[in-house]
Amino acid sequence: MLDQPTNERRLTIARAMAEAMQQEMQRDPTVFVMGEDIAGFGGIFGNTRGLFEEFGKERVRDTPISETGFISAAVGAAMDGMRPVVELMFVDFFGVCFDAIYNQMAKNTYFSGGNASVPMVLMTSTGGGYSDAGQHSQCLYGTFAHLPGMKVVSPSNAYDAKGLMTAAIRDDNPVVYMFHKQLQGMGWLGTEAGATVNTPEEDYTVEIGKAKVVRAGTDVTLVGLAMGVHNALKAADKLAEDGVSAEVVDLVSLVPLDRETVINSVAKTGRLIVVDEDYHSFGVSGEIIASVTEHDISKLKASPARVTFPDVPIPYARHMEQFCLPNPDKIVDAYRKM
Amino acid sequence: MQPTKEQSLWMYENIVVSRRFEEAIEKVYLEGKTPAFNMANGPIPGEMHLSNGQEPVAAGVCAHLGADDIVTATHRPHHQAIAKGVDLKKMAAEIFGKSTGLSGGRGGHMHLIDPAVNFSCSGIIGESCGPACGAALSRKMQNKPGVAVAFLGEGAANQGAFHEALNLAGVWNLPVVFVIEDNSWAISVPKSEATAVARNDVRATGYGMPGHYIPGNDPYAIFDVAGQAIARAREGKGPTLIEVETYRLAGHFMGDAEQYRPEGEKEALFAKDPIPKMRDRLISDGYAAKDIDKIEKRAEARVAEAITFARDSAYAPQTDALTAVFV
Repeated sequence: MLDQPTNERRLTIARAMAEAMQQEMQRDPTVFVMGEDIAGFGGIFGNTRGLFEEFGKERVRDTPISETGFISAAVGAAMDGMRPVVELMFVDFFGVCFDAIYNQMAKNTYFSGGNASVPMVLMTSTGGGYSDAGQHSQCLYGTFAHLPGMKVVSPSNAYDAKGLMTAAIRDDNPVVYMFHKQLQGMGWLGTEAGATVNTPEEDYTVEIGKAKVVRAGTDVTLVGLAMGVHNALKAADKLAEDGVSAEVVDLVSLVPLDRETVINSVAKTGRLIVVDEDYHSFGVSGEIIASVTEHDISKLKASPARVTFPDVPIPYARHMEQFCLPNPDKIVDAYRKM
Repeated sequence: MQPTKEQSLWMYENIVVSRRFEEAIEKVYLEGKTPAFNMANGPIPGEMHLSNGQEPVAAGVCAHLGADDIVTATHRPHHQAIAKGVDLKKMAAEIFGKSTGLSGGRGGHMHLIDPAVNFSCSGIIGESCGPACGAALSRKMQNKPGVAVAFLGEGAANQGAFHEALNLAGVWNLPVVFVIEDNSWAISVPKSEATAVARNDVRATGYGMPGHYIPGNDPYAIFDVAGQAIARAREGKGPTLIEVETYRLAGHFMGDAEQYRPEGEKEALFAKDPIPKMRDRLISDGYAAKDIDKIEKRAEARVAEAITFARDSAYAPQTDALTAVFV
C-alpha cells in the first residue's frame, strides 16, 4: 500500500505542505513564500497556515492580485539566489500570468545553457467537484506538463505532499506543485479521507519523477494522480468483489514522467485504464496510453481505456458536474467493456 | 447631476431588490450546509460572493444605462446584474443550477451572461476591463450608440488587465467607464497593503482620462459623477475612471470567518448601511413613507417570485453538460 511510516501522526495535505515549507524556511533563509491571502489568512486552502506567525511578513508576503507581477518577481528572485515558493490561488488563474510561467520560469535555464537556475516552486490548487464552475475547478495537468522546462507534481496524500514539497523547494529547477482541493482536508470543500495519512515530523523528500504502485494486482492497471488515485483505489475495491485484481499506479509526478513503472505494471496485467480529472483530449491520459503502446503494444490484451473529464468547460450545476467527473463506477464500467 | 423623482425611486427599489435577493440567496445557500459546512451541498452549491452593502454603486451607475449599453461585471455580480436589468427569475434559476436559468445551469453565480441586456461577468479578477473596451470599440466602429461600463473591485486595480485596458481606452478614446467598487478588502488583504496609492482615481492620469473618487457609498453622489462620466462617453469625449468607497457587509464568500477584519469594523459598516440612509433621505426629500413602504413590499414580492420560480424549475438533463460548447 502507500509508502507510510508506522507512527501515528495523521496530517491533512494542507498541514503537510505547511510543515514542509516551515521546516525548509527554518533550514534555509533563502526560502520565502508569497501569494494572495497566504499570510494572516494562512492560504485559502490552508496550506500556509502558521508560517506568517513564525516567520513574519518579510518572508511570508501577501501580494496584490498581480500574478504576472509576483510570479515574474519570483523568477527574478530565484535566479538571484533565493528559493521562492509562490502560490497561484486557483490553477484556472494561470491565464493572467502564463508568460511568467512558461516563457520565463520554464525557459531561462535552457536559454542560459544550464548556467542559470530558477529554483522556485509554483504551488496551485486544482480540481472541482464542489460546483465552483469552469473558472475555478479545472485541473490543467496536461497544459503544464506539455510545456518543457518545469517539473510538475501532484500528491494524492499527505505523506507524499510533505516529501514532494520539501523536494520541490530543494530542487534547483522550477517545480509546479499542483494540489487537489478535495484532498486538502478542508471540510468546506468536501474531503477525501484517504488523503489524510501518517506523516513523519522530521523532514524527508519524496522523489520527483518516481511513480508508486499503491495497490498490487494482476488483471488490470489503473493509472491516476491526485484525486484519480482515490477513484482508482475505490474502483479496485469494487473490482475485487468480482474477483478482479486491479493494480493501482499513483503517478505522483507528471514531469518527469515515470513511464517505466506504468509499462512494467501493464506488462504484468495486460490491461490499462487511465483515470484523469483533466480534459479528455490532448492530455495526460493520451500520453500514458501512447507511452505504453509505443513501447510494446503486444503486452496489451485489450484496447486501453480512459476515464476522464469530457471536452467541455466544467459546468456549475451539481448534477451536470458530477455527470462529467470521473468516479469509481465509471472505472469499473470501463473495465467491464474491455 | 441630481436624480429625478423617478430615478430616485428606481434606485431605491433596485437597491432593496438587490439586498432582499442576497438575503434570500444566503438563506437558501445555507440549506443542507449545516451542521458541517460543505460547499458542495444544498440547493445552491459552490462559492457564493454576496454584494450586501455595495448596491448603491450598481444602482447609481446603471440608472444612466439602457438595455443597449454594456456592462461587464465581476465575481460578485448580483447587484450589478440586477441594476442592469438582468431577468431576476432567470438569474435566480441560474444560481440554483436549473434548466430555466440564463445558461441552463452551466455558468452559475459567477458566470451570468444575459445578451438581452448586454450583461456579462467573469470569475477572473480584472477581466471585466478588456471586454468593456472591446464592446465600446465595437460600437464606435459600427457607429452605433452605447457606452460600456466595467465594474471591478479595488483589488483588481492591481492586475495587468486593468492597466492595459485603461491605456487602450485612453489611446483609442473609447466610450467606456471603469467603476471600481472599493470595499477595501481583497479577500483578506486590505487595500493599504496591496495598492501603492491610497486612491485609484489618481491612476487615471497615467492613461489620459479623468479620475474621480467618491467617498461614503452615497447613491446620490455616485449618480452624479457616473452620470457625468457616462454623458461624456456618449458625447465621444472618451473614458473615465471612477472609484467608489463602498462597504462589503458580507464575507468574501459564504463561509468566510472574516477573522482578518479589525474588531468593530463590521459593526461600524452596518451602522452605515446604505438602505436606511437612503430611506431617510427620501423621506426628508418629501416622499411619503407609505409610498416607500409600497416599493419595499414590491421588491420583496419580486424576489420571492424569482426564488419560487427557481426552486420550482426542473434541472436540465445531465447530458446537457455536453452541449453548448459551440453554437
